[in-house]
Amino acid sequence: MQYIKTLRQYGIFVVFIIISLILSFISPQFLTVSNWTIIITQASINALLAFGVTFVIITGGIDLSLGSMVAVTGVTAAMLAHPDTFPVVLPIFAGLLTGLLMGIFNGFIITKSKIAPFIVTLGTMTIGRGLALIMSKGRPISNLSDSFNFIGGGDVFGIPFPIIVLAIIFTICSITLKKTLLGRYIYAVGGNEQAARASGINVNQVKMAVYSISGLLAGLAGVLLTSRITTGQPNAGAGFELDAIAAAVIGGTSTSGGTGTITGTLVGVLLIGVINNGLDLLNVSSYYQQVVMGAIIIGAVVLDSWNQKSNS
Amino acid sequence: MPSNSQNILQVQNLSKSFLGVKALDNIQFDLQKGEIHALMGENGAGKSTFMKILMGLLKPDSGEIIFEGEVLKSNNVHENLQKGISMIHQEILVVPELTVAQNIFLGRETNYRSWLNDKAINQKAQEILDAIGIKINAQTKIKNLSIAEMQMVEIAKAISNNAKVIIMDEPTSALTDNEVAMLFKIIKDLKAKGVAIIYISHKMDEIYEITDKITVLRDGQYIATKNTNELDKNALIALMVGRQINDLRAAFRFLENNSIKGESILSVQNLNKKGKFKDINFEVHAGEVLGIAGLMGAGRTEIARAIFGLDKYDSGEIIIKGNKVEIKSPEDAIKNGIGYVSEDRKALGFIPALSIKENISLSSLGNFAKTWFVNASNEHEAATRLSTDLKIKSTSINQKVMTLSGGNQQKVVIGKVLLTAPSLVILDEPTRGIDIGAKFEIYKLINQLTDKGIAVIMISSELPEILGMSDRIMVLSKGKQTALLSKQEATQEKIMQYAVE
Repeated sequence: MQYIKTLRQYGIFVVFIIISLILSFISPQFLTVSNWTIIITQASINALLAFGVTFVIITGGIDLSLGSMVAVTGVTAAMLAHPDTFPVVLPIFAGLLTGLLMGIFNGFIITKSKIAPFIVTLGTMTIGRGLALIMSKGRPISNLSDSFNFIGGGDVFGIPFPIIVLAIIFTICSITLKKTLLGRYIYAVGGNEQAARASGINVNQVKMAVYSISGLLAGLAGVLLTSRITTGQPNAGAGFELDAIAAAVIGGTSTSGGTGTITGTLVGVLLIGVINNGLDLLNVSSYYQQVVMGAIIIGAVVLDSWNQKSNS
Repeated sequence: MPSNSQNILQVQNLSKSFLGVKALDNIQFDLQKGEIHALMGENGAGKSTFMKILMGLLKPDSGEIIFEGEVLKSNNVHENLQKGISMIHQEILVVPELTVAQNIFLGRETNYRSWLNDKAINQKAQEILDAIGIKINAQTKIKNLSIAEMQMVEIAKAISNNAKVIIMDEPTSALTDNEVAMLFKIIKDLKAKGVAIIYISHKMDEIYEITDKITVLRDGQYIATKNTNELDKNALIALMVGRQINDLRAAFRFLENNSIKGESILSVQNLNKKGKFKDINFEVHAGEVLGIAGLMGAGRTEIARAIFGLDKYDSGEIIIKGNKVEIKSPEDAIKNGIGYVSEDRKALGFIPALSIKENISLSSLGNFAKTWFVNASNEHEAATRLSTDLKIKSTSINQKVMTLSGGNQQKVVIGKVLLTAPSLVILDEPTRGIDIGAKFEIYKLINQLTDKGIAVIMISSELPEILGMSDRIMVLSKGKQTALLSKQEATQEKIMQYAVE
């Protein structure tokens, strides 16, 4: 049984390698450092959201408010990042805090009301979008400070800053899930909530934690995106939650809960990035790109359900 | 019994095994038109399996069922239903959002037209309801009915199917006395019309009030069929319980002197939960096994769940080692030294997708953690120790629990509980669904626990097990504590008498 899990993780990894190989044969630009820098930088925002939602999905929940949280936190940061008003720490901190608070709100409603996470986060998705429009009065907020714009656009020793952020967050998330009490409890709650409770785990606390993490990471993604596009956009992030969920599912996180890894999700994120990039390089219309992406998501879920069957 | 023309159903030499275990062994059963025939036996005697075969849900390994003079070959519920065998289930199977009429004719709507014709089925349903004297409007939605009324609808459905044999499985378990009287009136009317009824119930008074004959099963075997008026209650209990000499006795506790008790570990005082249990009082001491006996639904598991913090209780006190404690969650219970091994291993016992190691450490993971991080080597060591002690059969402690056998899964759950170093362990049906070897090991384990001064509460439906393993036995009936027997005074007959009181 252990090998099925491994095979499944490697399975998507093998698909990733094969697609990369094919693309490198077809397009000479594909396998270059500059192209991969672009792929990973572009994928970094989706990666942050996907890591957060991986925690949530492993507990058996879902977070549809990610995209709206990106908009609210981005607008919050932008409002505080006009040149020379405040030190750069403030807009960053405000963005993260806003995300965290929204995550806590999701967790609070879900644990107290026992309403399905799908419904609760569908509600906060709409609320969040409204808040972003109210705060920005429906207009983009531009003219941000240079130090703020560095976060998304600058680089350190030639490595784009978003990639550095991605590497750090990947490491933290990975260790949290694998090595900490919280990580173990997340798997336990998703694997069998009743049994987890009967084992003395405070299930509500664990759920609060995952939605908070998801919110915090959405805040970070919001700050990063705002900085990269040098504008606070109230309409930013629409549909991002679906890409993040897709990446987690492609990477082997089961929507029925209990299984999934951060590494798997990263591979899912990169696979989506590589396919989009490859189809761009091949001048395939973005309409077709959507069709391909949808087919890959279904393929991943079919793979997932086969594995579930072979397990039971 | 000689077959005669009045026999509507004859069962001969019916046998059925599951994974090599005989659930039914050579069952004989005759049913006559207009007869109300009780089927009696302890939990696990084979009643459900037998009824499932009659319904067509299961296929027998051997034997014959003759229905109206013809061999019943089908193993198809729909076909048996059409021939006239219906069952009123213990858990009522209705669609709450549909009306009474729609439920009665569920799956047969197009008998009237190729379009749904609610008018026709409303009329037809109302006719049936009126004919058996049930005052329910056929156009009411099922969700607005009481449980008793839903049961009446089930009966109406059976009648609309032209049922000639109706199986009733614990039909009165959710009914008030008035509703029971109403049900019995309907049953008597059906009997007068020649419908035969197989009546399954644990309630002795009902059996004696309404049935004509009683057939007793025990451990999957046919024991006897008697006329109800020729069999008194004690004789019936003796038939149900039988005398069983069991290999497992080797592990049973034969304490010559259990007057020496350790300190009081748990004391429960006047524990109440409305509709579940009432005025429960008992004490368990270090090194003692308290057995809890009773029939299904007597409130045994509910009491255990309340003590362990899985459910709230209305009133009463739980005192642990002399201190009154407030237990609001399993987390609190574990902190107070209580461990619970649930009867429902799959739902409450383990996390299937996690490994043996991860399951064993789950309740005490905080002890293996420095601030936030799990100390992997300590965890590994503890899990290995318990896995070896409990003889869990696996390729490694990293094997997922879902791939283990029932007995080994149970040992993992017990390992998890033991790792929390409890002073009281509650075992709820600890040997249900596991093989005889694993049972034996669990008995030995219980003795090891009490040797170490741990108090044990063991809930079990198997009387030999209760008698063999308990130092004292509390008997429950319908949520009430009917007896607290010492090992010396307890017998199977006594326990059964108190359990049906």
